[in-house]
Amino acid sequence: MAGSGTAHLRPDGEAMLRVEHLVVEFPVGRTGLKVNAVSDLSFDIVEGETVGLVGESGCGKSTTGRAVIQLPPPVSGSVKLDGVELTDLHGEALRQVRPRMQMIFQDPISSLNPRRRVRDIVAEGLEIWEIGDEQSRAAKVEEVLETVGIDPANGGRRPHEFSGGQCQRISIARALVTEPKLIICDEPVSALDVSVQAQIINLLGDMREKYGLALVFIAHDLAVVKNVSDRVLVMYLGKFCELGPPDVMYANPAHPYTAALLLAIPVPDPEIRPDSEQILAGELPSPMNPPSGCRFRTRCPKAQDICAEQEPEVREIRPQQWVACHFPVEPGETLDFASAVT
Amino acid sequence: MTDARFAAEYEGPLLEVSDVKTYFETDRGLVRSVDGVSFTLERGKTIGIVGESGCGKTVLSRSIMGLLPRRGLVRQGSIRFEGNELIHLTPKEMRAYWGSQLAMIFQDPMTSLNPVMKIGKQITESIREHLDVDKDFAYELAENLLRSVRIPEPARRLREYPHQLSGGMRQRVCIAVALAAGPKLLFADEPTTALDVTVQAQVLDLMAQQQSERFMAMVLITHDLGVVAGRADEIAVMYAGRIVEKAPTSVLFRDMKMPYTQALLSSIPKLADESHVRLATIPGRPPDLVNPPKGCKFAPRCAYVQDRCKEEEPPLTPSTSPGHEFRCWFPVGTPEGEAALERNKQKGLRATEALVAADTVET
Repeated sequence: MAGSGTAHLRPDGEAMLRVEHLVVEFPVGRTGLKVNAVSDLSFDIVEGETVGLVGESGCGKSTTGRAVIQLPPPVSGSVKLDGVELTDLHGEALRQVRPRMQMIFQDPISSLNPRRRVRDIVAEGLEIWEIGDEQSRAAKVEEVLETVGIDPANGGRRPHEFSGGQCQRISIARALVTEPKLIICDEPVSALDVSVQAQIINLLGDMREKYGLALVFIAHDLAVVKNVSDRVLVMYLGKFCELGPPDVMYANPAHPYTAALLLAIPVPDPEIRPDSEQILAGELPSPMNPPSGCRFRTRCPKAQDICAEQEPEVREIRPQQWVACHFPVEPGETLDFASAVT
Repeated sequence: MTDARFAAEYEGPLLEVSDVKTYFETDRGLVRSVDGVSFTLERGKTIGIVGESGCGKTVLSRSIMGLLPRRGLVRQGSIRFEGNELIHLTPKEMRAYWGSQLAMIFQDPMTSLNPVMKIGKQITESIREHLDVDKDFAYELAENLLRSVRIPEPARRLREYPHQLSGGMRQRVCIAVALAAGPKLLFADEPTTALDVTVQAQVLDLMAQQQSERFMAMVLITHDLGVVAGRADEIAVMYAGRIVEKAPTSVLFRDMKMPYTQALLSSIPKLADESHVRLATIPGRPPDLVNPPKGCKFAPRCAYVQDRCKEEEPPLTPSTSPGHEFRCWFPVGTPEGEAALERNKQKGLRATEALVAADTVET
């Protein structure tokens, strides 16, 4: 994994968002070292599509989401929204693009200002952008609150008076109010109870249909990602592993890391006993000094010499399913991760 | 138990919890966090306690451990550990149990370790408190312990601080600390919720292995039915401070009777489902524990609800399978239950729809 390439991108002009060779690095103090958060990642999104970004903590999925909206801008690479190169924009020009991209965060309570009324929190985007007059703004706020399932009559309350699930609904309303085309959802349901999580997932699905939104859905729970996504992109240590429609990819994961992620999910069925051999062993290598070649090779049961020498290129293994791996998993193959790490 | 090691010890169950109530006095009134919970746990077995936030599962485990702040606390009932009553013991008296008999691991491995104390010190602290050994021997034990929880280079790790370790490694250190004095019962309160799926699998696997090696009983507290499905012998589902269904794991998943358990399970997105399927949700939110509803506590959110549910609280009723109990007048899969669900469907499920809309603000 840990591969690169752009073979999986759709022709220029078709995609609404096109991210090419994205690189994000952070310097580590004055040591001269740097954290390679995202390394040469490419993907695209067409209008109304949801792409799920998955991987373990530290794989660069949140950084990718933030780099797309230029918070902070990437070190190199290109991010094009409707053909406009965002990395070339600065100041006012970039500001003018911002209402078309919104973000929803993981912790619904800390992402809302506790001292402001819910109605004002949601209206803030309209005020900043001077969209409409006071009356039409109030009507718009009422409308979005209604659509996300918050009674507008409670708009005068403050965030602490709402539950976690309701605060996440308010965050969604805030994101919707400027009528964006793209919303980056960074682990929007990870902090919620399962029952509330289901409500929010359904709500995001409804919003997507109603407003024709494109979503980048970042999460570590593969079952949640499968439910919401049209295509899923698996990342490891800042690199592309695999991309495909979830129904296809989950049935036959081609990248050993995708297989490891799928095997690690606890299944709510007591008949299926967890198997220790199929649990991915070892720790994530340091992103300051990532392994050469394929970055997953240190934990991969299929790794050969070539994996250390040559980085795999992205290629189409089945229709629509793209993988960056020298030795993709065959359908039905079992992998012994426990013995891969010595 | 048939194990010879325990022949000379107390014959009964390791832990017997009966009718435990844990209330907190607050300005708003008495919060009934745990309201009459009973269960027993045999040596070497695992019970999973499952429920949403605020159902009382964490308070229950802390109440059994005697770890709750004493101000405004009301604790009633009986907690017998190897036949000894724990509920009236002072924290000073509980010290004889903590570590060597009962131990606990918490959700957040960063805040449950002392950030300014080296790993080695944190592990040996417990060893030296309970076992009469010198420092060098305690460090040797600690090193072995870290090796057994699969931490590479244990000798080096003993000299490091918690922030130098990854989240998964920290949780493994917490497990090592908890296991240091060889407890007979381990409480694990959402031990893997803060971890990645792959790390979660590693940690759960490690806990299961340690448990069978040490013949240790475990109370596994989680909101994730997936986590307990393959790991627990028995599962208790809690709602609003009560156990609403309890059964051996295989029975619970095969033949759940409580609508709440069913709703909880069906709200989890499953890998086997196609993408974009609409998830079943539980409308509304758990009741206020100061003024809980009169009848069944789940009635306001239940798809099976009938008039009787709003008036009379159902008792824990045994089902036909041994060890299976539930609290419901119209259980899932029974003729009464199906008829109730059908009646609600006839009404256009308006009750449920109304509740979705009513999912607003508590007053």
